[in-house]
Amino acid sequence: MTESPQPALISARGLTKRFGDFTAVDAVDFDVAPGEAFGFLGPNGAGKTSTMRMIGCVSPASGGTLSVLGLDPATDGARIRAQLGVVPQQDNLDTELTVRENLLIYARYFEIVGREARRRADELLEFVQLADRADAEVEPLSGGMKRRLTIARALVNEPTLLLLDEPTAGLDPQARHLLWERLYALKRRGVTLVVTTHYMDEAEQLCDRLVVMDKAAIVAEGSPRELIERHASREVVELRFAEGVQETLGTTLDGLGPPLDRIEHRPDRLLIYSSDGEAAVERVHAAGVRPESSLIRRASLEDVFLRLTGRTLVD
Amino acid sequence: MSALLAAQPGLRVLQRNLWVYRRTWRGSIFSSFLTPVLFLLAMGLGVGTLIGGRGATSGLGGGTLAAGVTYLAFLAPGLMAGSAMQTAAFESSFRIMIGIEWRREFHAMLATPLSVWDVLVGELGFIGFRLFTTASAFFVVMLLFGVPTSPLAVLTIPAAMLTGYAFSPLIIAFSATLKGNTNGFNMLFRFVVMPLFLFSGTFFPIERLPDALRTLAWLTPLYHGVALTRDLTLGTVEASTTLAHLAVLTLFAVVGVVLAHRVMRRRMLS
Repeated sequence: MTESPQPALISARGLTKRFGDFTAVDAVDFDVAPGEAFGFLGPNGAGKTSTMRMIGCVSPASGGTLSVLGLDPATDGARIRAQLGVVPQQDNLDTELTVRENLLIYARYFEIVGREARRRADELLEFVQLADRADAEVEPLSGGMKRRLTIARALVNEPTLLLLDEPTAGLDPQARHLLWERLYALKRRGVTLVVTTHYMDEAEQLCDRLVVMDKAAIVAEGSPRELIERHASREVVELRFAEGVQETLGTTLDGLGPPLDRIEHRPDRLLIYSSDGEAAVERVHAAGVRPESSLIRRASLEDVFLRLTGRTLVD
Repeated sequence: MSALLAAQPGLRVLQRNLWVYRRTWRGSIFSSFLTPVLFLLAMGLGVGTLIGGRGATSGLGGGTLAAGVTYLAFLAPGLMAGSAMQTAAFESSFRIMIGIEWRREFHAMLATPLSVWDVLVGELGFIGFRLFTTASAFFVVMLLFGVPTSPLAVLTIPAAMLTGYAFSPLIIAFSATLKGNTNGFNMLFRFVVMPLFLFSGTFFPIERLPDALRTLAWLTPLYHGVALTRDLTLGTVEASTTLAHLAVLTLFAVVGVVLAHRVMRRRMLS
């Protein structure tokens, strides 16, 4: 792999964040290239939000170096923030103003005023499909609408870099898909996206490249496909057993070898990583094991995370 | 105008606060305009009749009301300063907790080129607006009752604002330390704001207080705000005492601003 000729939009080396004795981010290295959708995947508490806050210039790094848009957050915070769009994990819309006023006042914070501010507000409301709610109050909006308004607000300064912290947490599937679809549209326009998520489907959907974070550190890096190829297998067989049966299996299936490449004992099920799921199921039956149900599926980032950390992303 | 805004982006935050106030001002009418006037009427006219009329040696202990001064005229400037403190305390407490923790709109501001200083300037600017309007309304009521006897009385408006500002940033600093609940505000209003309102010379001269309390009153900003406002209203201004009052109030305000900025930074840029 040759290095991208374009300088990275974000570059972190040994980036560290401590709160007292607690290390939230422990010497992480990563680069985000212009135009890509970059993800931080990990469970809650992995250090994703702390990393985002450092990139967003609202949290000083405790160690290491960080460069955002070629500038130093410690000294050029305001200049960097002028080119960022931030969608925080917790909604912080101005609920005392209307939908449209939220965009107009936010534009003013970036010194965008008058006709230009109104033009952008109307365009963005159209883009996030809230034009018909322009004069509505914010509070009664659904969770998905609030998120879309937050995204519109983050775009009011036409940012080079959009930071999204858990953009679809707590949304229903339909709202999530609508949101992802809007984020794709932004990506096509060349906006660089940085996303944190603890949903593996979100990471797979949105990210060209991602790092897996666990306990303040980066444990793997690559495209979703690369990560799955490297750390999981092509397919996964999930076996579920009647009450008490799984405990009696012991090591019956362990060490059988391909097509049972690797076996993971979970409390509620058995996972078999395999390049050929069908063959694996046949092999299990041949060994005299009778699961209540067996499911063959493609390996996902969830499996990668499980493999790397021994834990699931969402408990 | 745009040059001014570019030099002081905090005015954008002030603008936001005024946009919001444009929609919510009705709710503030009772607490910040009517309540002080009702107090003035009940105490000044009602209680005032018990204390004695113009020029009488009063039931407060004699000689403390200057000749020709009614209780209403004594009380009005005290209430003006006292209400300024209350307005400042109210607008410097809940708003800060809302901005940092409940609605978190301060965090949204900090994701833009705005700084913590700009947010503070915007809040202090809005509090200044509230202090100005409430003090001005109260001044008009004083005029209607013929209270002011000196042309200097119009300066009670900036004096009341300064009194509010002696409290506001300190209370902002305090509010920015609170997490999770408003118990701290209950303490603040019960054990600081209300006692100061009652015992800072607002309703009776602090000479009536025991020595220890009188010294305490001297050390708090409201006493100086009340005395300053009263001197301006009644035309009893003396250069040295006025300067002392101004100095104390300004000192509280400046220390408060430095503290508020520091505490808000620590709280929001962690």
